[in-house]
Amino acid sequence: MFYREAGQFKTSYAADMSIFPIRQDRIALGLLLAFAFLGVPLLAVLGVGSFGHDYIFKAILIPFLILALAAIGLNILTGYCGQISLGGGAFMAIGAYASYNFALRIPELPLLASILLGGGMAALVGILFGIPSLRIKGLYLAVATLAAQFFFDWVFLRVKWFTNYTPSGSVNAPRLDFFGWVVSSPVERYMLALMFVTAFALIAKNLVRGNIGRQWMAIRDMDIAAELMGIRPLYAKLSAFAVSSFIIGVAGALWAFVHLGSWEPLAFNIDRSFQLLFMVIIGGLGSILGSFLGAAFILILPIFLDQVPHALGIPMSVETVSHLVFIITGALICSLLIVEPHGFARLWGIAKEKLRLWPFPY
Amino acid sequence: MARKSWVLAAAAALVGAGSALPAAAQNEQFLPALVYRTGPYAPNGIPFANGVADYWNLVNERDGGINGVKIVFEECETGYATDKGVECYERLKGKGPTGAGYFSPLSTGITFALTEKAPGDKLPLLTGGYGRSESRDGSVFTWNFPALGTYWTAADVAIQHIAKELGGMDKLKGKKIALMYHDSPYGKEPIALLQERSKLNGYELMLIPVTHPGVEQKSQWLQIRQNRPDYVLLWGWGVMNSTAIKEAAAVAYPRDKMIGVWWSGAEPDVTPAGDQAAGYKALMLQHGSGKYPVHAAIEKHVYGKGMGAAKPEDVGHVLYNRGMINSMIGVEAIRTAQKKFGNKPMTGEQVRWGFEHLNLTAERIKELGFEGMIQPLRFSCADHEGARMSRVHQWDGKAWKVISDWYQGDDKVLAPMVKETAAKYAKEKNITPRDCSKVE
Amino acid sequence: MANLGPFLEVLIGGLLAGVLYSLVALGFVLIYKASGVFNFAQGAMVLLAGLALVRSLDLLVDRGLPFGFAVVGALLFAGAIMAITAWLIERYVLGPLVNQNELTLFMSTIGATFILEGAAQMLFGSDVYPLQLYPTDAWILLGELFPGGILISKLDVWGGLIAGVLVAGLAGFFQWTKTGRALRAVADDHAAAQSVGIPISWIWFVVWLAAGLVALVAATVWGTKLGVQFSITFLALKALPVLIIGGFTSIPGAIVGGLIIGAGEKIAEIYLGPHIGGGIEYWFAYVLALAVLLVRPQGLFGERIIERI
Repeated sequence: MFYREAGQFKTSYAADMSIFPIRQDRIALGLLLAFAFLGVPLLAVLGVGSFGHDYIFKAILIPFLILALAAIGLNILTGYCGQISLGGGAFMAIGAYASYNFALRIPELPLLASILLGGGMAALVGILFGIPSLRIKGLYLAVATLAAQFFFDWVFLRVKWFTNYTPSGSVNAPRLDFFGWVVSSPVERYMLALMFVTAFALIAKNLVRGNIGRQWMAIRDMDIAAELMGIRPLYAKLSAFAVSSFIIGVAGALWAFVHLGSWEPLAFNIDRSFQLLFMVIIGGLGSILGSFLGAAFILILPIFLDQVPHALGIPMSVETVSHLVFIITGALICSLLIVEPHGFARLWGIAKEKLRLWPFPY
Repeated sequence: MARKSWVLAAAAALVGAGSALPAAAQNEQFLPALVYRTGPYAPNGIPFANGVADYWNLVNERDGGINGVKIVFEECETGYATDKGVECYERLKGKGPTGAGYFSPLSTGITFALTEKAPGDKLPLLTGGYGRSESRDGSVFTWNFPALGTYWTAADVAIQHIAKELGGMDKLKGKKIALMYHDSPYGKEPIALLQERSKLNGYELMLIPVTHPGVEQKSQWLQIRQNRPDYVLLWGWGVMNSTAIKEAAAVAYPRDKMIGVWWSGAEPDVTPAGDQAAGYKALMLQHGSGKYPVHAAIEKHVYGKGMGAAKPEDVGHVLYNRGMINSMIGVEAIRTAQKKFGNKPMTGEQVRWGFEHLNLTAERIKELGFEGMIQPLRFSCADHEGARMSRVHQWDGKAWKVISDWYQGDDKVLAPMVKETAAKYAKEKNITPRDCSKVE
Repeated sequence: MANLGPFLEVLIGGLLAGVLYSLVALGFVLIYKASGVFNFAQGAMVLLAGLALVRSLDLLVDRGLPFGFAVVGALLFAGAIMAITAWLIERYVLGPLVNQNELTLFMSTIGATFILEGAAQMLFGSDVYPLQLYPTDAWILLGELFPGGILISKLDVWGGLIAGVLVAGLAGFFQWTKTGRALRAVADDHAAAQSVGIPISWIWFVVWLAAGLVALVAATVWGTKLGVQFSITFLALKALPVLIIGGFTSIPGAIVGGLIIGAGEKIAEIYLGPHIGGGIEYWFAYVLALAVLLVRPQGLFGERIIERI
């Protein structure tokens, strides 16, 4: 009824190639962004409902945004280019530690530059660890990327230079000063993360629509066929590794600077890598929107489930709750995969299709 | 229809979980407990959490709360994971009429993360026996209270004990001491002190890291077998401890030459190794295992009413006692704060004041039923550790037996290191240290 | 000569330790071979089997049963638990996911991992439970030849023997029994196997049961080594490099991979580790596996990957 593009004509190539061809999508996205950028801070200032507390920002929104950014990065590699990676945590760690060192050792560098340079370092290492992908495929590659994960876990524990010789090896984020804007309150941190995520989501969306993105997808769908068609696997795969690692690296720097404030290598361990892969698979491979949905599901569901018994006043010991959270999360993952193996993004697509036809199913 | 009602119920639950908290009674002190009763470190996390809960229940049941202010507490499962711990902290910090009194995360990683957050929220962190060693310097670390002892104190006492076994500090010269440590900030904390001491006392320090979680240690122990260090200091947590003891037995390294830190000296560390653990020694965070008058009170008032958290036979285990002492220090800090601010629920800021002015005298400890477990503690602006005392106990195959006198961490070595590292931290974080001579 | 003794000791210790990883890796291979599923839940299955075993064993011993009978009873109980698990996973997780791509299947086993970890701890507790089924002391051999002799852990030898018996048994099962032959047919081509009347869901149940029993055997050895506790699930991560070196589809490959990884990581840790800071064996195993993959992308014994357009 409302969601139908009848009557929207495209009169130019530019309109045909626009990022959101349907007007309703543009309006919805505009509203969503307006709510995220203006509505949420306003609600926080007014103290409406749970937006009045730090909790929603510090424990839910900020980690959600940053992990969604990392998931977008991983989705480029795994979802668009078909290279399964379990090294996400390592690239986050590289981004975090590299940014830390840039900020520490070149104090005149603006913080934004440090963060982007951190992403750049992650991209370089990503290219290096991407080279085996030219020969190793599928799950063998996934296990091989664990080499990067464990190697960098070790490097950041052992090489004291990276942690500025602190006795325990844990480091602290610098002051978050972006060209005079000192980010400190939860709402400001949220805004910062939101800006990064919006910018990178837009960049990623445009990349995957363009020439390079189509090369990635060709490689994903069948690399030998793509090669025969004249796509160079070396260039396509390594560029996917570079772009993906760059975004993950930036997300890592944000995770360390904006979310944690003080961290140790354990913050980026193997669990983080798995978590990112879950987000991408559950959200939907090859979908930017899916990265957000997957991040929301994997991050927020356990937190939510954890609080249900308490909120409803059911007396239950924390270990029972924790076990139940495990079981229910696992069961939901399994049932979601059974219902829709291609994740939330596909479910969303189906819903959109239904909405277009509604209320007349034919 | 059925589906719709399900969705509605879920939405209602979401709203409930997100915002509306039941209106709390005004005369309640909310205390959060970050626990890990599941996951890889659960065997060590469970007894500690039980001790914490039982003591709070005791205060409620026997005394009707702290000077009439009832303790309300809520556990939050962290699974020893830093991000989960931070989430729990954010979830619990604002609950109750005055917010959380203090936090006690029982994980070095979570402690580091919260150290950044606590000053902004004005919440004290009680990290009895763990956390940053330099955080004992209260002029820089206003909100941290590493009560009872830091890792540097522990390392110092361990070296003193070895020296005593050898027959004097001068006998350390030329000896070889290995540190086998959990490869994380926790395990790396003592290295700085051991290196400092090795310069001073002339022993050779061998560093042997064990990767988390420490299920496989064959190469580490073959290294020890080949290098034959005179002593092995064990700085492990969870499965790493029992595995180390078993592997030590397998390579026939004498268990009585192994000294664990106080996080490597409890029942879950030795029982999986069975008889092979006999002779193994560990530092005590002042206290050991066993029952004291306070346990009788707990058995009567808490277990007698069926409110006990632990299995009755586990009451009095090392980590259980540690949880209890942890709670006791927190409760006494609140009591101290109430003396200044009145007998009502305290805010985090007031509890912090209470910690800093807490003076647990021998009489008070006896009154509380802890005599023999701990020594007097006195905190101040400059000293957030309270005391630097420790003993050594040994597992005889059935129970922990105290085998040494009290040692005191040597401040000639410790104080300059604390000062230097704390100053570095202050500079990095742009903190102006408080002038402790001016703090009342 | 003075250095040869310690070197031999490290080599032998490493080889045997590697076989213990193989015990876990075997479960992965069985399931991948028969169904193309990369079963991440194998670590959780070891935990579940171990907890079921040790908890029922303690209960039976408390009831006054002689230790031998109690062990048999506990093994039967744990075996039954694994059978139920296999049936549930086949019925409710993998059955509905037939013909999905391998990443989806992999993800679904991670879902199963969560369920198993939660359920195992909920049913049997999350404490540490000591288990003592094999001797854990050591022999010192060749003491007259090398100073200090060569130390060999008895538990490792037991683990090696058990792994050998398991591999021989599984090879025989695949080679000579009807179910085994059906299994190989299914592994080759699901559709073709189905069309000649092989009941796929029964076959998959058998495979998951076999993997569950392998997990139980692994749990007896690792439970004796570590005590049964949650950390046992981390063994999955130590088994992965073993798995890729051997190849996902080869049962003997799992053993050979274990030998290579075990010896490689121990030698690296002891002879290379001290020079660069120690603690390297975790990543070294993976880098070793990566190096092997660069030469043979399907592992040493994996089936050759043939790609068609």
